[in-house]
Amino acid sequence: MLDIKLYNTNDENAWCPGCGNFSILDALKCATAELEIRPEDLVVVSGIGQAAKTPHYIRANGFNGLHGRALPPAQGIKMVNKNLKVIVTSGDGDSYGEGGNHFIHAIRRNMDITHLVYDNQIYGLTKGQGSPTTALGQKTTMQFEGVIQNPLNPLALAIASGATFVARTFTGDREGMIKILKEAIMHKGYSLVDILQPCVSFNKVNTFKWYMDRVYSLDESYDPTNKVLAFQKALEFGDDGIPVGVIYREYNKPIFEELHPVIRDNENVIDRVWNPQDAEKFIEEFM
Amino acid sequence: MKYNILIGGQAGQGMDTISDVLEKHLKSRGLFVFSNKDYMSRVRGGHNFIQIRFGDEPVYSHYPELDLIIALDKNTIEFHRDRLKASGSIIADELIAYQNERVISLPITKATKEIGFYKAFGMVAAGAALKYFNISLEGVEKVLPKKFSDEIKTKNLDAIKKGYELLESRLSLSEGCTSNNILINGNTAIALGALAGGLSFYSAYPMTPATSIMTYLSKKQVEAGIVVEQVEDEISAINMAIGASYAGARAMTGSSGGGFSLMVEALGLAGITETPLVVVNSQRPGPATGLPTRTEQSDLSFMLTASHGEFPRMVIALRNPEDAFYQTFRALNLADKYQTVVMILTDQYLADYRMTIPKFKLDGLKIERYISGEEVLEEGEEYRRYKLTGNGISPRLIPGKVEGQIVLVDSDEHTEYSHITESAEVRNAMMEKRMKKLELMKEDIIEPEYFGVEKPEVVLIGWGSTYGPLKEAVEMLNNEGYRVGALSFGDIYPLPQKLLRKYAEEAKVLVNVEQNYTGQLAKLIMQETGIKMDKSILKYDGRQIDPKEIYNRVISEVL
Ligand SMILES: Cc1ncc(C[n+]2csc(CCOP(=O)(O)OP(=O)(O)O)c2C)c(N)n1
Ligand SMILES: [Mg+2]
Repeated sequence: MLDIKLYNTNDENAWCPGCGNFSILDALKCATAELEIRPEDLVVVSGIGQAAKTPHYIRANGFNGLHGRALPPAQGIKMVNKNLKVIVTSGDGDSYGEGGNHFIHAIRRNMDITHLVYDNQIYGLTKGQGSPTTALGQKTTMQFEGVIQNPLNPLALAIASGATFVARTFTGDREGMIKILKEAIMHKGYSLVDILQPCVSFNKVNTFKWYMDRVYSLDESYDPTNKVLAFQKALEFGDDGIPVGVIYREYNKPIFEELHPVIRDNENVIDRVWNPQDAEKFIEEFM
Repeated sequence: MKYNILIGGQAGQGMDTISDVLEKHLKSRGLFVFSNKDYMSRVRGGHNFIQIRFGDEPVYSHYPELDLIIALDKNTIEFHRDRLKASGSIIADELIAYQNERVISLPITKATKEIGFYKAFGMVAAGAALKYFNISLEGVEKVLPKKFSDEIKTKNLDAIKKGYELLESRLSLSEGCTSNNILINGNTAIALGALAGGLSFYSAYPMTPATSIMTYLSKKQVEAGIVVEQVEDEISAINMAIGASYAGARAMTGSSGGGFSLMVEALGLAGITETPLVVVNSQRPGPATGLPTRTEQSDLSFMLTASHGEFPRMVIALRNPEDAFYQTFRALNLADKYQTVVMILTDQYLADYRMTIPKFKLDGLKIERYISGEEVLEEGEEYRRYKLTGNGISPRLIPGKVEGQIVLVDSDEHTEYSHITESAEVRNAMMEKRMKKLELMKEDIIEPEYFGVEKPEVVLIGWGSTYGPLKEAVEMLNNEGYRVGALSFGDIYPLPQKLLRKYAEEAKVLVNVEQNYTGQLAKLIMQETGIKMDKSILKYDGRQIDPKEIYNRVISEVL
């Protein structure tokens, strides 16, 4: 166990008092400390949004990129340096809206990265517009008559797209959150953790109490390796309950790094020793 | 002496193989070769053609006048016969049965039947073409496609020999004496320049005419030990390349205009995060899908300002395959030196034309990474990615490489420690820091190339791939006593100004020659120097301007 203070930064925090993001940040630091991932071996990658400010609040390597574009650089980093632990920390808008295409293809690529989605079912930073996970009918600062687009089910989408680790957790359950973050980080391959995170400023429907009343933990009897069952669980979201825990996991599916001939068989490409003269053999072919 | 062959037919008729064999054989006979393709955006049918120009003196461009047409179909004869010189001929199969005094009808199909290999049609025609120019077949077996089995090779060789016997030579050329040449197209030269330059990461999404850069790199990925990734879209391509670069790779991405349009937000990301990146835009005529397989130089203005906000960038246009190699190599060094975006502009013409050029010289080329280690830190000092230094360039560490230090980059305006800030003072300091690099870059820029008479009255001003056509056009004009010269720009932004100002002073008439509607280089020159063009020669029909067209238009519109 590393000292959790190692991850502290002195950057002034811009989250609202009472925001669920604080619990996520705390759980993330606990998880990395327990897993003994040193700040210099960790890269926290994000897009733009409130959630996406995380790289400023945890002392680690960090890449705070563009809105919706956290996954591409995260994968680029991992492709050239597989020794780094790469964790993406972004919002529901960033991950499922603006970055929706990257989400699907990151699942297909199945690199060994962890994707944490701080899902407050709203666009926080831009002050309360509906996000891809905002409930049907919910009134927002933009959808005055209520949202009329169906919400996306990220877990079901991930399972259907071939993800091998799909989990949901809730900021009201600190221990459960730390446990799942650790499992996600340790999982070999792309892991998605959708984190239910009440937005105290802009989501007056999905409040802490709203989640508390519905969330239940999956117990030992649940078998997350059963894909059909997992799909069923993933569809459960609402007044009848919201399951939290590892919804689906698949072991031993080969990951990108094991399938890519160069990444698999070589040192990291950033450490490749290369001189211009090494290209002579390629040029010879045009003689 | 230079000759010009056109091979025409429908997509799928094997023109590529005929052309490949002819080009390689001509090269192996010591001749200079230049070939370009005119393809439609379809897989079968339509009308495509390839032109091969060759000679015992250097060839820089395609040319409209033809010595020989190899017609694989009737359309080819109808579309191109007017371009034949008075001495020119058309080789066609007797079955095409085209009545014209120029046509040399040959029993090509019959010959393939005798060999028992109908696919040998193209090789019979190739043999006939070689005989037409009285070029020896010696060594021709060595230029047959490597993928052919021995049996197929023998049949093809028989076909070439059969074709050779079908007619008498009409023209003749002294054999050349060049031996250290390579035959290469612009895109492959870009890829080779990148490989030589230590590229270790390339991400892209297929788009003509940029795709072949990715294809070549992918083919060499394992041997070179680099990562080449086909991504879900161009937004991913550039963001992934920036991530890889941040992590320490030499990264590049490339596309054509449409894909480049999708990349623009992230150009600014590389700018503000100060992440080295090389982006290639292989232009085709736009807007939107435009003419997918054709050529244009209409993205220059866009490249100069693409992405919102202000940040330093360098724009380099490639003029020919040699440039493609050496400038790509240089672009990777410059991106690392200035920790920002270097954009390479090419186009379909240069991407695809092949020419013989001296083999690339690797001695003397040096990879310069400008990456720092703990030596830049005092005892106990915390690393600042955006440390304010005198020249605007902050020491760059690679994440995970220095014990106890972390590397944070940010797309928001940030402090020296990379944290988000809205402080007016810090904003000013960071803007000035980044923009200082633009001033520094000016020390690295290369002046345009000038060719033509010493004291020109007319100076043609072009950039990028018009280099070859301009060079030949100026030679033609000079041979007839016209006092004409040309400046061909490679480095475009920051704009090199020395030669431009010198010739603007000396010459009476300045003429920009560009493959676009609005005269984009002329506008840049006006904006940066106040120098105004007197005339313009512009072309935007998707076909590369040739020396003869420049020559004609200079005479009719300028002189
Ligand atoms: C290209 C682009 N479009 C829009 C924005 C504005 N924008 C910033 S964050 C955001 C949504 C954030 O929502 P989410 O990802 O759920 O994060 P939260 O603030 O809720 O944590 C939007 C629309 C932007 N920065 N860039
Ligand atoms: Mg949100």
